[in-house]
Amino acid sequence: MGHLKIYYCMNGFVYLSNVATLELDQEKCNGCKMCSIVCPHNVFMIENRKAVIVNKDLCMECGACEKNCSEHAISVRSGVGCAAGIINGILRGTEPTCDCSSSGNCC
Amino acid sequence: MNADYISGSMATTAGTVPRISTSWSIVDILNTIRVRWAIGRMNYKVEPGLYAIGNPDAGSEVFVSSNFKLTFDHVRRALAGLDAWLLILDTRGINVWCAAGKGTFGTMEMVSRIGKVDLGKIVTHRRLIVPQLGAPGVSAHEVKAQTGFRVVYGPVRAGDISEFMKLGMKATPEMRTVEFPFWERMKLVPVELSYGRYYLLLVPALFILLSGLNRNGYSADLAFADGLRASFNLVVAYLAGLAVTPLLLPWIPFRRFALKGLLVGWIFTFVLYILHMTGQGRIENASWFLMIGGLSSFLAMNFTGSSTFTSLSGVQKEMKTALPLQIGMAALGFVLWVISKFITV
Repeated sequence: MGHLKIYYCMNGFVYLSNVATLELDQEKCNGCKMCSIVCPHNVFMIENRKAVIVNKDLCMECGACEKNCSEHAISVRSGVGCAAGIINGILRGTEPTCDCSSSGNCC
Repeated sequence: MNADYISGSMATTAGTVPRISTSWSIVDILNTIRVRWAIGRMNYKVEPGLYAIGNPDAGSEVFVSSNFKLTFDHVRRALAGLDAWLLILDTRGINVWCAAGKGTFGTMEMVSRIGKVDLGKIVTHRRLIVPQLGAPGVSAHEVKAQTGFRVVYGPVRAGDISEFMKLGMKATPEMRTVEFPFWERMKLVPVELSYGRYYLLLVPALFILLSGLNRNGYSADLAFADGLRASFNLVVAYLAGLAVTPLLLPWIPFRRFALKGLLVGWIFTFVLYILHMTGQGRIENASWFLMIGGLSSFLAMNFTGSSTFTSLSGVQKEMKTALPLQIGMAALGFVLWVISKFITV
């Protein structure tokens, strides 16, 4: 997986370090590999039938892994990594949200 | 339904299902271009439900997708040559990834749509091929528990479906990874430019109006000459933040989008300065550095929402410092610009 990290860095597609809220409780992991399948940025690897977080800084907090973990071993505060959505939330006093389902702009 | 992508219909054990074409008509192509410019983009939908590709039977695979017409078009084109079922969820015309983030492409809608089309009667197997980017909304184990259907996550891109099928429904690491190549960023530029089209035009109008102000009152000639120059500078700021920064994204230093946009904005301002486009006096020069820098930085920061790798926590961290600075720069720049109408240093 090391080569993937280098690939991302060389292409400049790495966002801020040490901010992702992703947590994995390895005790609960049953090794089903689902997290490594759904993750769009190769954050997980399976070692000795247990998931391991190998690229935490690449996590974009989409929440796919948490949603598809039948053992509830993963937690992440998922949401839109979108400045317009965050401003939207501040203005309306809600969680960050894009305005996709009503009229207006969309992520 | 008499849409032009429907090529016929076929009878199944649970009623008639429309059969769809796997090629694009001229109308599809023209509409794709239109929607890329954000014209009618929020209302470009197809009817949710089950569709047939080729001549599927009870053993054919079921692919799941969203009812955004642009997505639907890419998926049906990618399924050319296969005999398959296409189950379209009601995502209110939003693409799979965004809809999954909101939960409209989600467990609940999938379970209810399977019931509505009576999928269990149409196919004998219990397998659904769901796009990987639908996973933030879909809980595979819950779909299985509620319907008996096992979710198999397919590739990120519809274009990889035939390769995925050839490999025996296995995705390579490349098929599982979201990238953000130059061509994809290019396709987003028109929509970025169209985003705030009214504001983007309103601001230059205000500058033209105010450009007439001077020590002796108001001059319409001045409004025209200085106003056009001001408008040009604003358009440069828009292009720096909405087009140049997104296109050159990975090659611009800094990880924060706001800093990338500021750098590009200032490079452009410097070129304008050399060309004597930022005014005569020091005050107006400074005002343009502040306004173009702040504006370009803000617009570039908004591109986080279109990018494929920024996290909520990261964007919040970036905004905490960037947003007050951007507003401060634009406001101070504007005040200096108005002052420069009356005082020349």
